[in-house]
Amino acid sequence: MVAISKIATGDGHGENSPYFDGWKAYETNPFHPTDRPDGIIQMGLAENQLCFNFIKKWVMKHPEASLCSAQGVNKFKETALFQDYHGMPEFRQAVAKFMGKVRGGRVEFDPDRIVMSGGATGAHEMVAFCLADPGEAFLVPTPYYPGFDRDLRWRTGVELVPVVCKSSNDFKITTNALETAYEKAKEDNLKVKGLLVTNPSNPLGNILDRDTLKGIVEFINEKNIHLVGDEIYAATVFMEPEFVSISEIIEEVECKRDLIHIVYSLSKDMGFPGFRVGLVYSYNDSVLSCARKMSSFGLVSSQTQHLIASMLSDDDFVDSFIVESKEQLFRRHKYFTWSLSQVGIGSLKSNAGLFIWMDLRKLLKEKTLEAEMDLWRVIINEVKLNVSPGSSFHCNEPGWFRVCFANMDDHTMEVALLRIRTFMLEHNKAMVPRKLCSQSSLKLSFSRRRDDFMSQSIMSPHSPLPQSPLVQART
Amino acid sequence: MGLLSRKVTCNSHGQDSSYFLGWQEFEKNPYDEVKNPKGIIQMGLAENQLSFDLLESWLAKNPEAASFKRDGQSIFKELALFQDYHGLPAFKKALVDFMAEIRGNKVTFDANNIVLTAGATSANETLMFCLAEKGDAFLLPTPYYPGFDRDLKWRTGAEIVPIVCTSSNGFKITEPALEEAYHEAQRKNLRVKGVLVTNPSNPLGTTMTRNELHLLINFITDKEIHLISDEIYSGTVFSSPAFVSIMEVLKDMKMENTQEWERVHVVYSLSKDLGLPGFRVGAIYSNDPIVVAAATKMSSFGLVSSQTQSLLSAMLSDKKFTKEYLSKHQKRLRNRRNKLVSGLEKAGISCLDSNAGLFCWVDMRHLLSSNTFEAEMELWKRIVYDIKLNISPGSSCHCTEPGWFRVCFANMSEDALKLAMQRLKSFVGSIAINDLSHQELKKTGRKNRTNWVFRLSFQSFHDREQDER
Repeated sequence: MVAISKIATGDGHGENSPYFDGWKAYETNPFHPTDRPDGIIQMGLAENQLCFNFIKKWVMKHPEASLCSAQGVNKFKETALFQDYHGMPEFRQAVAKFMGKVRGGRVEFDPDRIVMSGGATGAHEMVAFCLADPGEAFLVPTPYYPGFDRDLRWRTGVELVPVVCKSSNDFKITTNALETAYEKAKEDNLKVKGLLVTNPSNPLGNILDRDTLKGIVEFINEKNIHLVGDEIYAATVFMEPEFVSISEIIEEVECKRDLIHIVYSLSKDMGFPGFRVGLVYSYNDSVLSCARKMSSFGLVSSQTQHLIASMLSDDDFVDSFIVESKEQLFRRHKYFTWSLSQVGIGSLKSNAGLFIWMDLRKLLKEKTLEAEMDLWRVIINEVKLNVSPGSSFHCNEPGWFRVCFANMDDHTMEVALLRIRTFMLEHNKAMVPRKLCSQSSLKLSFSRRRDDFMSQSIMSPHSPLPQSPLVQART
Repeated sequence: MGLLSRKVTCNSHGQDSSYFLGWQEFEKNPYDEVKNPKGIIQMGLAENQLSFDLLESWLAKNPEAASFKRDGQSIFKELALFQDYHGLPAFKKALVDFMAEIRGNKVTFDANNIVLTAGATSANETLMFCLAEKGDAFLLPTPYYPGFDRDLKWRTGAEIVPIVCTSSNGFKITEPALEEAYHEAQRKNLRVKGVLVTNPSNPLGTTMTRNELHLLINFITDKEIHLISDEIYSGTVFSSPAFVSIMEVLKDMKMENTQEWERVHVVYSLSKDLGLPGFRVGAIYSNDPIVVAAATKMSSFGLVSSQTQSLLSAMLSDKKFTKEYLSKHQKRLRNRRNKLVSGLEKAGISCLDSNAGLFCWVDMRHLLSSNTFEAEMELWKRIVYDIKLNISPGSSCHCTEPGWFRVCFANMSEDALKLAMQRLKSFVGSIAINDLSHQELKKTGRKNRTNWVFRLSFQSFHDREQDER
């Protein structure tokens, strides 16, 4: 009996990774403030839920964008028929403008260099298909988003070679680390075709500084390999230092433009993962032409192109949104990290993203992967929080966890923090007395802490609709 | 440039095919009733534009469906966040019910066995990734949709081996043709993984007979291979015989608990039946849980926008609407097709008798200067550049007999269709034809083509070519 393909039966989809085990646990017992107050709180999902009220207001005010007013219905036929893989010009123009604004107007994007894709997931796979043949490799700095193992490798046959970054220098991508990875690939007989960097970083939540970016551009030019910049968190940079995009750096240093490609999406910056708006922006005309044809396999629904075109061409909305989003993220991040520090939990200094890179190394029984997994199981089963263990991000050092903070309302955040505090209290009670003394701040009361921090309450009502048990996160 | 993948530099995307060149010409000089009445009329695009009024009136009556509301409540946030590759349950249910309705409810589909993808383009490629790899081949009856060369082969590395069908029996699939294709694959050292058929057929516009379906099931049973049935035109069947789905035949043969049951997969889409190609709604239906599981994960690369799933979930759950839509729309297709057929007849051109699809398979063999594909290309260029109609030459669909063309009828206004037929009639009238041969071919059914003598006016064609290039 003839089998199905190796791709279908293998585990290249990556879903057997522990990254997904936490979600499975969450799905059997998801937190709900009234129905399931003891359920697991989802902190493993990098979603941006902080600006929905703001965006919703715009959507309600502009029914034509949703094709449901009289004006909108007139556009229905032309929209429904539009399957041109070049994408709607107004969609590309609006997105290109948005990308420029997110970079403070420091760089302009050409709408004709935008190719649509099925989310950033589709974009990454498409870029891999364009740049590499089966058996060839991409370098990826660790820790990195687990989905890359699937997106870049599964159906493409491309390999990933880690560029090992260490906590000793805050996980910076050094030229040394790049060279080491490149040599390792060579030793393994893998032809390196490119380097993929995520900036702002997932899971670190920080941005690449100018020197690092320059070093990266020099490296890829010298090796004559591609640079793919995943900038899907560009608009989540909520405080200094300012975000520097690859598109800016190549204006400042010498670079072969044909090697440069950017992956973008509205899933994180706007909080629209369901709309599947991804794109590849390439400075290489051959890649553009090929990618455009490949985009047939994952075009953005014209209904959605129309909505996004309308929304992002409203300059007032976009300008206010960018400011509002930064503010909400800043406040949430500051409160979260401050609260954690009160119980002795630190994290990597970060200024972007929807998560923090939490440092729980001192809670490990020993510096091993097994100990990290043990701690993680405790966090899920006892503390009842789904967080993502650093090993699932290929971090070379055990004890780091990615913890998301932008995918819940204030009340849920409070519950999560309370659980963390309770856990740390008990953990410290079990430690030697001298350690306990330095944790005296643990005794601060719940409400006083919030009042200390917040000048006004930002308790937002939780969604009136229950969390869909079918929402399965993969990011 | 060794810097890019082979996929960039090869041409398996198929876009150098004449199928696409015609579109390019159209785009340079598109017909518009008012602005460009002498432009090229697009008859190469299998779009369904006949029933938008029905969709629009439904939308006007159901404003909540598109406006991110349900029962008065905003569901914007819920939809914006919904990226679950299992798809919106309500939409999947509505979709499988719609599929069942199209099949006269003779089969039912389980919503758990359906995988949503960004269009049938993505569905076909995804299924191929699940079932085949480099060194494997799928057998496809010719003529077939040119896009399959890209969708099934380009990024998957799989091959297509044709099952040659001919006009001698209305291009039906025969057992010898199946066996010959299988052996051809073996001669090429390819492992045959399955057969892919399009039913109703693109470009033929016909539904498969029960006999053909039985033949296929026996073949895949005997060879222990898969069968993919691309049924994206199932809702366009406008006259008898009624559409018979492969699932119905399997059910009739009581094969629900066999291995073959799990090796038959259906591809669907709303691009043709509802005329919504822009919304990118495709689906894979399979009884094999492993295929469903793998395809579901792969669908991450091309999910259907939740916004679109929500709108269509409301629309397709309105059974009163779907019943009315299918009935009215099929009538309109039939009328439109009849107009094309009679227009062609007036020009002395016949086509394959069809009962489905958005196009006719037109026989222009008698207009060829010789029974060759070169002659077909010459004729096609004349039709595109001189008569200003973009139609699709049979060779682009891998037809083994020169002289057949796919002509679409549902993507333009009735006036444009009338004009197209007038242009065609004038063109045919201007050809110097050997009258005797012309009578002969009408009687003998075009068996003695090689005896014809035609003189096409090549002079004007070549002059034109200089100007326009």
